[in-house]
Parts: sequence; structure tokens; C-alpha cells
Amino acid sequence: MQVLFTLCGLAAVGLVLLITIYLIISGLPAIQNIGLFQFLFGKTWAAGRDQYGILPLILTSICGTAGAIVIGVPIGFFTAVFLAKVAPKNISNVIRPAISLLAGIPSVVYGLVGMCVLVPALRNWLHLPAGDSLLAAIIVLAIMILPSIISLSETALETVPKEYEEASLALGATKLETYFRVSVPAARSGIATAVVLGIGRAVGETMAIMMVAGNVANMPALTRSVRFLTTGISIELNYSQDGSLQRQALFSIGLVLFLFIMLINGFLNLVLKREKEG
Amino acid sequence: MRRKIYEITGRTLLYGCAAITAGLLLFLIGYILFQGVGGISWRFLSTAESVINGTVGVLPAIKNTVFVILVSLVVALPLGVGAAVYLTEYARNRRFVAAIEFASETLAGIPSIIYALVGVILFCTAMKLQKTLLAGSLTLAIMILPTIIRSTQESLKTVPQSYREGALGLGSGKWHMIRTVVLPSSVDGIVTGCILAVGRVVGESAVLMYTAGMSMAMQSFSIDRLAGASGATLTVALYHYAKENADFASAFSIATILLILTVIINFLASFLGKKLRRD
Repeated sequence: MQVLFTLCGLAAVGLVLLITIYLIISGLPAIQNIGLFQFLFGKTWAAGRDQYGILPLILTSICGTAGAIVIGVPIGFFTAVFLAKVAPKNISNVIRPAISLLAGIPSVVYGLVGMCVLVPALRNWLHLPAGDSLLAAIIVLAIMILPSIISLSETALETVPKEYEEASLALGATKLETYFRVSVPAARSGIATAVVLGIGRAVGETMAIMMVAGNVANMPALTRSVRFLTTGISIELNYSQDGSLQRQALFSIGLVLFLFIMLINGFLNLVLKREKEG
Repeated sequence: MRRKIYEITGRTLLYGCAAITAGLLLFLIGYILFQGVGGISWRFLSTAESVINGTVGVLPAIKNTVFVILVSLVVALPLGVGAAVYLTEYARNRRFVAAIEFASETLAGIPSIIYALVGVILFCTAMKLQKTLLAGSLTLAIMILPTIIRSTQESLKTVPQSYREGALGLGSGKWHMIRTVVLPSSVDGIVTGCILAVGRVVGESAVLMYTAGMSMAMQSFSIDRLAGASGATLTVALYHYAKENADFASAFSIATILLILTVIINFLASFLGKKLRRD
């Protein structure tokens, strides 16, 4: 029996190795063919002319994620403080399940609402020829990372020992000063984890962005149609021929994306480890 | 004075952001229901799309979704529970445990489009499954593995050590103890893990679009046709209607179905989670 269970455990490790090895094996040929520098820093992605440079994709992913964090983290953070400290019980008991509903809604649904509400609205407000843009993607991403940021930060805030807050209040600080100067610093590693997880989710999101970002491989600009690393793969995966350079280049994007995610995970582990050590 | 300004800005930010979040929630849920509920009828749920009659139906998508859920659970459940049992009951080598836990965390963090790539090379091409529901289900099985491992592990950890010692003291073997004492008392956690996994499968679209296809036609699920069937699940059908047919009414109706499913899944998961904590 023990052997069987060990095999199950090994399967998890084996799968990660398998995925990594497969990604490297199928991602390297195109990079070799195109040249690492040409691939990473080439400014044009045009499958028709066999030009595969993913700099616009990389920059778009970075800008999109950064934008989503800039909008989503403050809103999520203050909502978490509100829910954990200020809100009356009956209000937080309504909002909490609604937030976990928000976390569970499939990404295509976000994409659909973005397509039908956000994209036309942006087109009208900003007088654009088309509303599919980096800005639309950033807003959708910011909404999508809200639930994980709120619920993780809230958990972290709630585990702050009551004595810290009582001591601060006894010293004459107002409630608000206590929340922001005592509770939040005490929960900062949990909040940091929430932010890093939010980054991971934003970098990896595909379907919702594919529906609102326009998917043209432009250099990132707020009102321009853009293509992320993830959508760079998804938009051409169904149309590329097996074994063609285009298909291989898609796997190379996958490899780059995988490295990005591993980097974020490594960073997350570092945060968690520091938290453990206090 | 400075204190007063601090107080006012702080309070405004707190209430303002909470109001934004609450407003967003209300708007999203309300808008989806408002646009989608009208299109849901018995015919919508119980027929296939028919170009001749000009009617839309999602029965094939519902069937495909159920099929994908079942197959991915059948594959991932034994593997996941087995790995969790190994980690909590058998493992002695700490470095090996750390490796498995790291692997499981890594699997949980990989974005779904990478699973799609792996599914395309591994199951569709290398194992010659083509674009089928089977290939999609197998890819999803890898994806939900960490969810099942983690929640099983959590609940195995809550089984009191005295249960184990009691069983072993009465002369039970290790496997007998696990089978009759440990696993039955952690069944809630395993079920919760399954529900969370079902939630992930229901919500997944990127993987299935590229490994299971986008056909809206009815599939026959007889044993000999099983491996060959390819088709869209609910999420993929939603994408298909919204992006390729520009039929937003049907897309929102599917979104409503997905919303209701999410509510049910969340309710079940938190209900069982509470029960687990109370025991």
C-alpha cells in the first residue's frame, strides 16, 4: 500500500517536471531558430511574415498587471480594512459571500460583461474608434483580482492579536489611527502575499482579456488595442499549423510566461518564509 | 487639526472603497441576471442548437460539462487523495515532502493557458487523442490535482492523533487504520476539495477551447464513441456565442446558468467547510 501512496505523491512531482520539460523542449526550437535576442526584444510579431518578436507582448503584460495592481490593490485593501474592522456584522456577512461569488465567477463571464458594458462605454467616453484597449483589460483585471486581495488581506487583518489594538487605543490613538498604524503593519506580510497572488492571477489571466483587449500586437498604450503574453498564445493556437515555426513560437511564449510565473512564485515563497521567521 | 484631516480622509477612503466594491458586486450580478434570465427557458436547457429552426439550446454544453467534471474527478481524486495520504501518514523524508508540496503549489500557480499548451502537445498530439473531451478532461485533472491534495491534507491533519493510536493499539495494520479510521473521519474535507475542483472545472475555458474543441452539436456518449467525442462546455459555449456569433442574449443566459452554479458550489463548499470545523 505504501508504494501505491508514494507513487501518488510522486505523480505530483512528476507532473511538474513533465510540464517543465515539455515546455522547454517545445519552446526552445523557435528561440534557437529566431535567436534569443531577436525573440525577446523584437518589436514586431507578424506571423504572416514569419517575424516573431515578443517585446510588445512582454511590455503589455507588465503594464497590464501593474495597472491592475495600481487600481485593484488600494480598493481591495481599504475594503478589507472596512470588512475586518469597521463594518457592522450584518453588513460584512452579506458582502463576504458576495466576494467569494465574485472569486468563483468564470473568467469568460467577466470578459462578456467587459465586452458589452466596458468596451462601448470607453469608446463613447474617450471618443475612440474602438473601445478594445489596454485600459479595458486593466479595469477587467483589477476587478478580477479584487476578491483574492480582499479575502486574503481580511484574513491577515483578523489574525492581528486584539491586545495590540487595545494597547494602542488605551494610549489615546483613535480607532482609525489604530487600524492604519497598528493593525495594518502587523498584518503586512499577509497583505503582501495577497498582492503577490493578485499579480500572479493578473499575469496568467487569458480569456477575459482576450475578449476586451483587441489582441493586436501593438506596443502598450492605454487606448490602443494590445496583446498580452497569454493572449499571444491563445489567439493563434487554433490557427497555427502543427510543427510550423509559428506553433513553435507560441510554445516559446509559453516558456517565457512560465518563467514569469515561477519568478512570482519564488518571490511569494520568499515573502511567506520571511513571515514564518517573523 | 492634522488629526482631524487624517480622520476624515481615512474614513472617506474606507467607506468609499467599500462602496465601490459593493457597487461593483451589485452591478455585475444584477447586470448578468437582468440580461440573462429572460433567455432561459425549458427549450434553451433541453435542446441542442438548431440552425433550421433558428433556436438556441445548450443541452450538449451541459452534458459536455458534466462529462468533463466526472472524468477529471475520476482521474484526479484517487491521485490527489493518495498523495495527501502519503504526505500526512507515510512520509518520513522531510525533503521529499517539501518537494511534493512545492510541486503541488507550482501546479496550483500555473496559468490555465499553459495547461492548454501542455494539453495540446501531451494529450492531443503525443497521445493522439486529438481535440476531444477526453483530452480536455485529462488536462483539467492535472489542473485540479493541487486543490484536492490540499483540502484532503488539511482535513487529514485535523484527525486527532489519538484515533490513529487507538486503532494501532487495537492491533490494526497501518493500511487498515487509514481505510477504516482516518479516511472516514476526513471525508468532509475530501468532499469539499471535490466541490472546489468542480468549481474550477466549471469555470475553466482556455484549456477546454484548445483541447476539447468548440463544437455545439450533440455528442453521443456511448462507450465506443467516448474517446472520439469533442465539444464545448458551458464556458466555451459562452465564448462561442459572444465572440463568434455576437449572440449576446444567449451568452448572458449561459452566464446566468454559470452564476447560479457558482452560487451553489460556493454554498456547498462553505457549508461543508463549517461542518468540518465544528466536528
